[in-house]
Amino acid sequence: MPEREIHHTLTVPETLVPEDLQRNALLTSVDSVYNWARRRSMWPLTFGLACCALEMIAAGAARYDYGRLGMDIPFSSPRQSDLLIISGTITHKMAPQLIRLWNQMPEPKYSIAMGACTVSGGTFDSYAVVQGAAELIPVDIYLPGCPPRPEALIYAFTKLHEMVGQQSVKTVSWYRKEGEA
Amino acid sequence: MSHQATLDTLLTRFPEAGIERQEGLDFTIVLPSSLIVDACRTLRDDLGFDFLSNLTAVDRPDAFEVVYHLYSLSNPAPPLALKVRLADKADPRLASVTSVWEGANLQEREVYDLFGIVFEGHPKLERILLWEGFPGHPLRKDFINRIYSFEEMRATLPPETER
Repeated sequence: MPEREIHHTLTVPETLVPEDLQRNALLTSVDSVYNWARRRSMWPLTFGLACCALEMIAAGAARYDYGRLGMDIPFSSPRQSDLLIISGTITHKMAPQLIRLWNQMPEPKYSIAMGACTVSGGTFDSYAVVQGAAELIPVDIYLPGCPPRPEALIYAFTKLHEMVGQQSVKTVSWYRKEGEA
Repeated sequence: MSHQATLDTLLTRFPEAGIERQEGLDFTIVLPSSLIVDACRTLRDDLGFDFLSNLTAVDRPDAFEVVYHLYSLSNPAPPLALKVRLADKADPRLASVTSVWEGANLQEREVYDLFGIVFEGHPKLERILLWEGFPGHPLRKDFINRIYSFEEMRATLPPETER
């Protein structure tokens, strides 16, 4: 994906920057830099629930390698993670832990509901299974499939990157004080 | 040791008990529930069945049936299935065989969890797959399977400090 936001203001006005620095200066908006950095360093939490986790692992391994998207480290602590990939069936027994992990992640944070079970409970109309991750936490991307292939997961990442690219520092909720609109 | 020799040994050891031989493909012995620990100890010590491969239960219309699959690693005896019928479906109870095979521990907990069969003498008889407070025993035939919302289930989940 080309970084249009950065490159479109490459021509630096002469009045702002001395001539000898013009080839070294770059003007752009705060949002562009901020979102570019966030999109290119979105660390997922190391968290697998069921069979979808294997496709997630495959997406991270050599053939598909989501490290290309800047997601190099599936981080083992929710405190340093930006993205929760809910990969697999959520049982009622696991649900409190899922909510707890989500609450421990600092803002800005995003979640992908990967697979039919996390989207809607899937084939399990059962006493043991939560009928969709949206019952527990906010979901940004719904990725259907049973399980979705690694390509599909990477497509979900690109969609998430698009979404992140459209957010503005001025309006996001996590830099606002409590009660501020 | 052949199956017939196994059966003969058990019949000699426990003559008054109603030990039955079920016809069929598998070699199965049906035991009365009062005999289970003694019979298992005999099977392990004298007949070489040193490996409890599987312990499960079946919900029959008239009884719970606890099934033990035994193998011998020390001597090449053919595998053996033991069955115990528990006619009291309201309060099924059976002696634990954890004193004979340590490996029965988790399997008896699973049967207790999913069927509600109480194993007396078990060192730690708690639910293993589901949580304490789950309504019912899901592998019983009278358990009605339906979707529970998380809100509904949350009331039964253990408090946060114990998760």
